[in-house]
Amino acid sequence: MNKTLTPTIQVFSVFERIWHWSQVLSIFTLIFTGLAIHGMNDLIDFKTAVTVHTVVGIALLILWIFAFFWLFTTGQWRHYIPTTRNMLNVARYYAYGVFKGEPHPYHKTYRKKHNPLQALTYLLLKAVIFPTVGISGIAYLLVSLGYGDLISFIPVSIIAFIHTVAAIAIVIFIILHLYILTIGGFGHHVKPMITGYDEVELTPEELAFIKADEPEKIKNV
Amino acid sequence: MKKCDTTKGQKVYSKLAASPLFLLMAMSLSIISSTTSYAEHSGTNTIEPGISEYKNIGEGRTVTKKQSRSTTDHSKLKELQGPFNSGPEVTKACLKCHNTAGHQFIKNKHWTWEYKDTETGQMLGKKHLVNTFCTNARGNEGMCAQCHAGYGWKDDSFDFSNEENIDCLACHESTGKYYKLPPSKGNKACSVMFEGKDPINWVESAKSVDMPGRANCGNCHFYGGGGDNVKHGDLSSALFNPDKKVDVHMDSKGENFACITCHVGEGHKWSGSRYKMDVAGKHDIPKPGMKREVTSCKSCHTDSPHPVNSVTGFNLNNHTRKVACETCHIPAYARGGVATKTDWDWRTMGRLKNGEGYNEEGYTQGNGEHRHTYKSIKGSFKYAENVKPLYRWFNGKMNYLTIDQKFDPKKQPIEVNHFKGSYNDPDSRIYPFKQMRTIQPYDKGNNTLVYMELWGDDDTALWGNYDFGKAIKVGMQKYNIPYSGEYDFIKTVSYWPINHMVAPKEDALNCEECHAKQGRLKDLHGFYMPAATQTSKLNLIGLLAIIGTLGGVLLHALLRLIARKRRRT
Repeated sequence: MNKTLTPTIQVFSVFERIWHWSQVLSIFTLIFTGLAIHGMNDLIDFKTAVTVHTVVGIALLILWIFAFFWLFTTGQWRHYIPTTRNMLNVARYYAYGVFKGEPHPYHKTYRKKHNPLQALTYLLLKAVIFPTVGISGIAYLLVSLGYGDLISFIPVSIIAFIHTVAAIAIVIFIILHLYILTIGGFGHHVKPMITGYDEVELTPEELAFIKADEPEKIKNV
Repeated sequence: MKKCDTTKGQKVYSKLAASPLFLLMAMSLSIISSTTSYAEHSGTNTIEPGISEYKNIGEGRTVTKKQSRSTTDHSKLKELQGPFNSGPEVTKACLKCHNTAGHQFIKNKHWTWEYKDTETGQMLGKKHLVNTFCTNARGNEGMCAQCHAGYGWKDDSFDFSNEENIDCLACHESTGKYYKLPPSKGNKACSVMFEGKDPINWVESAKSVDMPGRANCGNCHFYGGGGDNVKHGDLSSALFNPDKKVDVHMDSKGENFACITCHVGEGHKWSGSRYKMDVAGKHDIPKPGMKREVTSCKSCHTDSPHPVNSVTGFNLNNHTRKVACETCHIPAYARGGVATKTDWDWRTMGRLKNGEGYNEEGYTQGNGEHRHTYKSIKGSFKYAENVKPLYRWFNGKMNYLTIDQKFDPKKQPIEVNHFKGSYNDPDSRIYPFKQMRTIQPYDKGNNTLVYMELWGDDDTALWGNYDFGKAIKVGMQKYNIPYSGEYDFIKTVSYWPINHMVAPKEDALNCEECHAKQGRLKDLHGFYMPAATQTSKLNLIGLLAIIGTLGGVLLHALLRLIARKRRRT
């Protein structure tokens, strides 16, 4: 394991990319219409905002159900397991090294495509923020579609409050997410999410395994 | 429009009312006198002799009749061929066949003018209450009982057990030529209004009987408070023959509903009393053959009336749990060109010209008719049309300030009627109201409302003598109500639920009318309403967090830029 290779291989499957970009579209739509429902956006009328927010919200919930099964059936969930290994190095890089022009201390591997800070952030997003916004959204939907009696123990004002707090957290995530992409080149980071392929450090053994099991994932070595 | 005169000599005005000469005379009069200071609205400001805008009940209405499906053609009944010389004679003929109608009707509010509040034990109804318009009917039946469904209620000697005094024709005749006059003449200043009318053709009216039409009910109910749409705001002469815009159900070219199409009942007892309302529509939708003694939108439309072919449909149906149908579907009251009275100041009562009472017409309403902004007998008024209602949580129970209840004059305006309701009460709804603001006399010593003697051919009745002191003293004395002897004026308000003038669906309120920061429900707090509820703390914290993130990111980017430049140099 002394020599590493950086072949171009598929890191994001078609489903993952569709998931990501439709999520981008729906979240921006939900923020835009959500602001109108919150009384902070006059560019769209309330009725349309509610209709679009409801339909897109339901669509995103369905997407999340698919994503949930995808993560667990493909074993991709492992990428989101948080680890403290290298965490300090990555944190130090963003706080200090980046200004010194140091290279990023983390190198994508086939088994771990996210750096530890990234993994923790995505875990927080997928395990806390998205479920919060989703569950509160479902609760709100129940109320507005006439099934409020099922959850009458929790006032609508609380549901709306939780939903809004989660939405604010998502907005903050988007800002950080977009900014971090600029470190090391925005286009360089976005490209793999479009094409699916990226250069990944692999040991010759790992490459051999992929060549044997999933040869279609390798573009060139 | 009929004008009322103060003297026989001036009566010529009424005959000339329709002529251009009259207009000229009125205009020149207004120029000469130019006392128009009480007119709050733009209008003609003509000074009009006489004191009343009162219309004779039943006079000159066009009656839209529906094809009768009755198995009896009353015009052919030998019992109704007369001759009749009076109302009671007709009633006698009616009761001969309809031999339980009288027993039924003498229990009805249209006859008793009385309603017992079963919760408080209070006696309510016109026979007891003081309102924020002409104040009290009690003691003034000689005038007010013009709208009593009976003959001859002048004073307390009226026999409420004599069924022959029931006025069947007021509600059932359909010629449109029948009219009612005040039971007694009153002062000269008023009585001339009712002189010189064609005699009633009793036989013709008796033969025309039918189920009550809009004109029958409207003749009284559209003129509550002393004039067209004065009281309710949503009940006006515009509903005699409304178009679809004014009322989607009563549209005379469309559904053409009569009042009793919704106010259904049996045995001379109708649903839909304002004294005890059911705003939540708790009654089930009746199945065929079941009684339907309820006047609610739900009783026909169900509580899920909006088609669920869109997200909006689901959302609107969900609104029915908290919002009354009327709130969205009556976007404004006093529509159709007839204004309603919104403010009444009794303090200016009694201004005279050459010793005579007079009127000022300072408001011209949508249909071109002029309305009085000052009347010597009543004081000064303001009007409004197409008015956005006041919205409040309402559980349907209306409470009244009765003559025996003391109030604290420091807590003005005094609510002459009041109600409760809340978001957390499943029987409450957000409901539209007309608010009437009045400055009216009260007993300064006892802090109660007062009865006044308004009507009478004597030297105490307010209308003719213009003296509050005398009118209150006698008005109170008559019913042994304690009076300190000292009166003053107090600001009052009253609330009138808005239920009529339901607009076609395309005119129902848009979401933004309420779902906005300064929306129609901005006075209602304590519950969450998207786009309207001010979550200012959350907004501030959220905004700070987002700005903080952006700031942090920008600072990081700036430092990166500076660092890169330094590295290059």
